[in-house]
Amino acid sequence: MNRRKFLTILGSAGVVSALGTAKVAKASATHTFPYYDNSYGVLHDTSRCIGCRSCEEACNKINNLPKPDRPFDDLSVMDKKRRTSAYQWTVVNKYEVGGKEVFRKTQCFHCNDPACASACFAKCFSKQPDGSVAYDGSQCVGCRYCMIACPFYVPGFEYDEAFDPLVQKCTFCETTRLQKGLLPACVEACPVDALTFGRRGDLIKLARKRIADNPGKYVDYIYGEHDAGGTAWMVLAPAPNAEAAIPTANPIDAGHTFEKIGLDTHLGNRPMGEYTYGALGTVPMIIAFWPLLFGGAYAMTKRREAMHKAETESVIKTAKEDVATAMDAAVRTIEQNQGQQAADEARKAMVEALKAREASKAEEHGAHGEGK
Amino acid sequence: MENHSIVIPTKDKMLNLGEFSLKRPGNMITAVILVVGFVLTVIRFTQGIGSITNLDDNAPWGMWIGFDLLCGVCLAAGGYFTTVACYVMGMKHFHSAVRPAITTAFLGYAFVVFALLYDLGHPLRLPYMFFFPGTTSVLFEVGLCVATYLTVLFIEFSVAPMEWLSQKFPFLIKWRKIVVRCTIILTIFGVCLSTLHQSSLGSLYLIAPGKLHPLWYSPFLPMFFFVSSMAAGASMVIFEGMWAHKGVHHYMDATHLREADEVVFSFSKAAAFILISYFMLKFIDMLVQANLPYLCTGYGAWWLVEMLGFVLLPALLYAKGSRDRNVSLCRLASCNAVLGIVLNRFNVSMIAFNYNIPAAERYVPSIWEVCISIFVVTLIVTVYRFIVYHMPVLYEHPNFKDAH
Repeated sequence: MNRRKFLTILGSAGVVSALGTAKVAKASATHTFPYYDNSYGVLHDTSRCIGCRSCEEACNKINNLPKPDRPFDDLSVMDKKRRTSAYQWTVVNKYEVGGKEVFRKTQCFHCNDPACASACFAKCFSKQPDGSVAYDGSQCVGCRYCMIACPFYVPGFEYDEAFDPLVQKCTFCETTRLQKGLLPACVEACPVDALTFGRRGDLIKLARKRIADNPGKYVDYIYGEHDAGGTAWMVLAPAPNAEAAIPTANPIDAGHTFEKIGLDTHLGNRPMGEYTYGALGTVPMIIAFWPLLFGGAYAMTKRREAMHKAETESVIKTAKEDVATAMDAAVRTIEQNQGQQAADEARKAMVEALKAREASKAEEHGAHGEGK
Repeated sequence: MENHSIVIPTKDKMLNLGEFSLKRPGNMITAVILVVGFVLTVIRFTQGIGSITNLDDNAPWGMWIGFDLLCGVCLAAGGYFTTVACYVMGMKHFHSAVRPAITTAFLGYAFVVFALLYDLGHPLRLPYMFFFPGTTSVLFEVGLCVATYLTVLFIEFSVAPMEWLSQKFPFLIKWRKIVVRCTIILTIFGVCLSTLHQSSLGSLYLIAPGKLHPLWYSPFLPMFFFVSSMAAGASMVIFEGMWAHKGVHHYMDATHLREADEVVFSFSKAAAFILISYFMLKFIDMLVQANLPYLCTGYGAWWLVEMLGFVLLPALLYAKGSRDRNVSLCRLASCNAVLGIVLNRFNVSMIAFNYNIPAAERYVPSIWEVCISIFVVTLIVTVYRFIVYHMPVLYEHPNFKDAH
């Protein structure tokens, strides 16, 4: 049992037992090393991409997405940075690296351990063994937490749809093409081989080979190999200038280049979901200890009240006894000095006075006690 | 202590709706807001979320989450804060503050769920989270805890309507007894659930370290949210008390009026301590995460405004107010603190979120989103008024005296 699995189980133990489902552990049961080595992925070599938008067109067609306002051969749309949306599952953007134009296609990265799947509270997203991250809209509540969670700003939402608005993103053409043995539409449409489809492990080897075979051409970094826990779609970036040969390639340069083509290099190599596991792990602790803590505080309060009450009672008792002794002494003195009759009268008067005093006290206390 | 007669509904006259038909500016404004809100509701549910919001793919959560959910839950923290102080810690002199606090907490949570329905793409599928539990999701924890806590609050609150209705339906007297007997269990259950979901509202943002500005992002976000919710709870009791004294003073009994000031001072003192410790937590976290250089940026200035003007300042005002036994100063501090909580939640959910996206593409709530939020608040106030006019919240019901 690895750490993630342990925390997942720990984090959900309370709820699971409450709901009587044992499905939880399954989500993380596919974790084996090497991580998704044999599942499919795509390597995007941005040094080859010419920004023709053929991939966008192919994606639009295969997925029956609405026709865009401007045709796909209108390359001026790239003057503005675009992101994926519910109606554009892939977009190509233009960047400038070292004075040269570089194009990068973006789409769902199909993370090994997707943030959206970790964030979804209705289990709409699932990482498939073939490498794709599938979304099942039939149980989507439309909370859009997946969009908050996605570090690549990928999922889009159909805000203009009134009755069945769903989250939409690239499917890796899983059901439409992959399962029929066909390449994803965008990969097939690419005229310059900027997109290479294959097993993830092979793609990493291929990328390494390209970097090694072409000294100075690439930044020595495969974006997506480890970023955000690793992704199925990975990116190679051209080196900013020819002099930057591989041996000297330092990670900071690599970071700068990838940042220039719009990729976040500060995601770290842990799946995004792991950032929440610590917090989720405290849930059973709180469920276990809080009742104890507050129950203990309550018990202490109760005991304090009881002790206070007993103390007050004993003080009152002592006071009453004192009064009785004093009264007896006084009556005995009167009896000795003035005779039996006077003593009886004095006792009667004293008892009545005490009774009246107690009654008035009780009334006062009662008025105060009403508030409780 | 003044002598006034509280209108207590009787068996023959259960309703006391006269207050709503009085021609007062408050009632007029309420009516206008409710009509506008109703129209917007119709538009929202027939034309889609996009028709009245500025939400987009980069900003999937806006005003309705930032205000209605985050602030709504946080500002309803008065419920657990007061019940724990009174029942668990044995501060019996807060007793008259418990029912108003539970009432507002219950309404707060109920309307958080109500407002959430506007924001969800498929509001009717909300229960799906129980059928397809995504247990790795923080949102699942939030949902489960809020649902459970809303139930707990409903049971805690149910004593008031049962006392009101028991004149017509005497069987409720038995039920009421059962609930009253469970008070301490419900209180402890409530504080567990509150701890969990108040903190996990902060945990929601843990998954997006790249999107939230480093001055606000911290692995300790859940703790910040929880600690600030305690301050919010104490502040809201004072804040709501202030408005209640303005609007529904004639429904408060002698006990409530006698204890009200002491509640203000005690809660101010507590809030001062909590806010100071919250300030220290945030400050140390900022230093430990090496965020000091960010303080020289625009966001840094904004962070300082929040920390100094809306955390430290109310803490000091509270401290001075409770020391000098100055009710108006404490109330001023409560306004400041409540604003601070709202500011903090806005910062985390909207202002410092997506800080790296170009300013032109940033989300600004549309006027209609704000209107819906105002509509929800107005609904809460209206239902609160209905409850106060009918049920023993600010006074003790003569039939159930000394029953606590």
